[in-house]
Amino acid sequence: MAEAAIELVGINKSFGAVHANRDIHLEVPRGTIHGIVGENGAGKSTLMSILYGFYQADRGEIRVNGKPAAINTPNDAIALGIGMVHQHFMLVQNFTVLENVILGVEGGALLKSSIARARSELTRLEREYGLEVDPDAVIEELPVGLQQRVEILKALYRGAEILILDEPTGVLTPPEADHLFRILRQLKEEGKTVILITHKLHEIMAITDNVSVMRQGQMVATRKTSETNVEELAELMVGRRVLLRVEKGENRPGDFKLSVKNLTVRDSRGVTMVDDVSLDVRAGEIVGIAGVAGNGQSELIETIAGIRKAVSGTVLLDGKPIDVTGTADPGELRDRGLAHVPEDRHYVGLVLAFEEYENSILGYHDHAQYLKGPFLNIEAIRADARDKIEKYDIRPANERLKTANFSGGNQQKIVLARELEKDPGVLIVGQPTRGVDVGAIEFIHKRLIAMRDAGKAVLLVSVELDEIRSLSDRILVMFDGRIVGERDGDASEGELGLLMAGVERQEAAE
Amino acid sequence: MDYFNTLVVILDSTIRLSIPLLLACLAGLYSERAGIFDIGLEGKMLAGAFAGAAAAAVSGSAWIGLSAALLVSTFLALVHGFASITHRGNQIVSGVAINFIAAGSTIILGQAWFSQGGRTPSLGADARFTAITLPGAEALRDVPIVGYLYYELVSGHSALVYFAFAMVAFTWWVLFRTRFGLRLRAVGENPAAVDTAGVSVAWLRYRAVICTGILCGFAGTYLALAQNAGFVKDMTAGKGFIALAALIFAKWRPVPAMFACLLFGFLDALSIRMQGTPLPLVGRVPAQFFQALPYVLTVVLLAGFIGRAIPPRAGGVPYVKER
Repeated sequence: MAEAAIELVGINKSFGAVHANRDIHLEVPRGTIHGIVGENGAGKSTLMSILYGFYQADRGEIRVNGKPAAINTPNDAIALGIGMVHQHFMLVQNFTVLENVILGVEGGALLKSSIARARSELTRLEREYGLEVDPDAVIEELPVGLQQRVEILKALYRGAEILILDEPTGVLTPPEADHLFRILRQLKEEGKTVILITHKLHEIMAITDNVSVMRQGQMVATRKTSETNVEELAELMVGRRVLLRVEKGENRPGDFKLSVKNLTVRDSRGVTMVDDVSLDVRAGEIVGIAGVAGNGQSELIETIAGIRKAVSGTVLLDGKPIDVTGTADPGELRDRGLAHVPEDRHYVGLVLAFEEYENSILGYHDHAQYLKGPFLNIEAIRADARDKIEKYDIRPANERLKTANFSGGNQQKIVLARELEKDPGVLIVGQPTRGVDVGAIEFIHKRLIAMRDAGKAVLLVSVELDEIRSLSDRILVMFDGRIVGERDGDASEGELGLLMAGVERQEAAE
Repeated sequence: MDYFNTLVVILDSTIRLSIPLLLACLAGLYSERAGIFDIGLEGKMLAGAFAGAAAAAVSGSAWIGLSAALLVSTFLALVHGFASITHRGNQIVSGVAINFIAAGSTIILGQAWFSQGGRTPSLGADARFTAITLPGAEALRDVPIVGYLYYELVSGHSALVYFAFAMVAFTWWVLFRTRFGLRLRAVGENPAAVDTAGVSVAWLRYRAVICTGILCGFAGTYLALAQNAGFVKDMTAGKGFIALAALIFAKWRPVPAMFACLLFGFLDALSIRMQGTPLPLVGRVPAQFFQALPYVLTVVLLAGFIGRAIPPRAGGVPYVKER
């Protein structure tokens, strides 16, 4: 085994009562790609933040290249050759690429000479690693894939020998992710060490040399990637056997429940986000909409759900029109049997400062069963919330707890329980498992399949291609506001990936 | 020639009236570009004016007055910084508090020290920043138009006026040509990016707040030691807020800030000039109409004519690491 670039010995870190990292031991050999997997809240990000000097460990030792290192600030980490690409990019949106790269390492009080130096160095790095990006482009005008390259360039410009990437592929299209992996292999060949944090197990299998698994703040196992498999890793992550592939039978599509015709939606700036989209969802089928975030999927489902107004087009629910260009509102649609699990549960789906039981009826609070005259029937609501908690295995089972204190997966179950328990005919679901851990994903997927089998129409939007492929009976791909292709549920990832990147469409145009 | 003379007189007073706005506006620019909203410009200016006038009255020196103004104003800026950077308090509340403290304490201290109903004693020439005549102004005075403009408009202001205009260029240079400026702009947009780049967010913001304090001190000094000959209670009369409006108007950029302040100064000069003068067709217009114009203009222009003014993204939000 090569010498260890990074060695963590007995790292401990607590935030208040939460023991985020418990006696962590980790050894990362130099010149390898090392994966770290674990569910949300397993402590991966905390551990990496400690390594990068963003937090300080309560106890434990960090060794870099065999020597004990005191890393108290990101500066210390940078000086030791550690670079980090954060999950949420640490870029100044209205700065150019160059300005972002030199921020903090300007090397002089005046910018002129630093910028000139950075420009030539950047050109060299870009050529060496295939990281082309226009140095004078403004960040907010770059697609996320390129923004990520800027983050990598930032680290390399600071002389990083050890590169940490936190969930780097979450925002990328499959071709962009492939490009990223080529860059990472290139870095490895140059002798650099890469630590890759992810929850996507097939990425681990595809690119890493070794993999460590974290669970509930502990490092539970380290394996050579060639000697393990996805099933074993998933089991290690969750602590029990999980079904990765959802089991579902043949679907029996029935009547048209939801029909969208020629729907066009513009955003507040007047940019067309949904461009002449038509689709149908029948009873007993799940229609998945695949696409990279920001290609109009969000606007599409928000419009159908009555949150956003359309410019033109019609939507029929059970054959009767919804006034999508005018007065449609979510309350009315709910009463007509259309339920909506919004993409962003924190801003749209839940009031985090409310107690759980209050959220469990939000939007249905004017239904007679929850009222006593003009007042809320608190007893009935709490009893109802307790029912849902039991049925959906929401933990902790306490309807009086503030919603913000539930984990992402349990918050999602609260929303799901609220919408599904009203037995809607049509269900619109956005990103049902974003920020949800593996165990809860399994549960949520089973619920959605059960809805389908009960003859409901389900329209699913997700940026997780795996999710779309395992749940959908039909897949529509959205690119740049349009539906650019329809495939069966068993379409290959590569085929969908090309459609999502708009490749087919551009070729046709040429 | 008569209209020309009137215009020159109005423009001349435009410059005089714009200077406190300009200094306060640049002061706000440093702070807000760094992500610290500051509605306490007014209070810092007022406290600076009082401290400057009081120290100048006692010592008889304008420079000692200026030093006192800078000290007091910077101290108040640091209080705002302490509340909003170190303790992550609400920046609006802290700013309002500073305004109240300044408004109240200047009157109380003024009455206690000088017993002139909150005023400070009238200052002599040595204790003020009086008008200076630029070289060659007298000689060029009789050259038509150009020489006349040089003599009337460019020359004959206090040193603080020239300082204020120099600060516009200096601020632009600092903001866009120096490392400090790059970091300052970055910390107002995305402090986490600055933090992960290994630069202290708090220290950077404190330095920005200190710049704000110093410039507010200059603005106050100008009011008490150049425009007037002493401190009068509430002499800032909302200038700190107009400066904030000008800052938004200029989208947080130094050169447009100068033009915005000149525009507000011009309206002010016009309103003074127009008091009691009947206008053709409409006749006599109440002075309040002109006095209200800058505010009306702010609302109208901000409501749509200048496009969206996008403040620094991290403005008003205390920086907390995740969790």
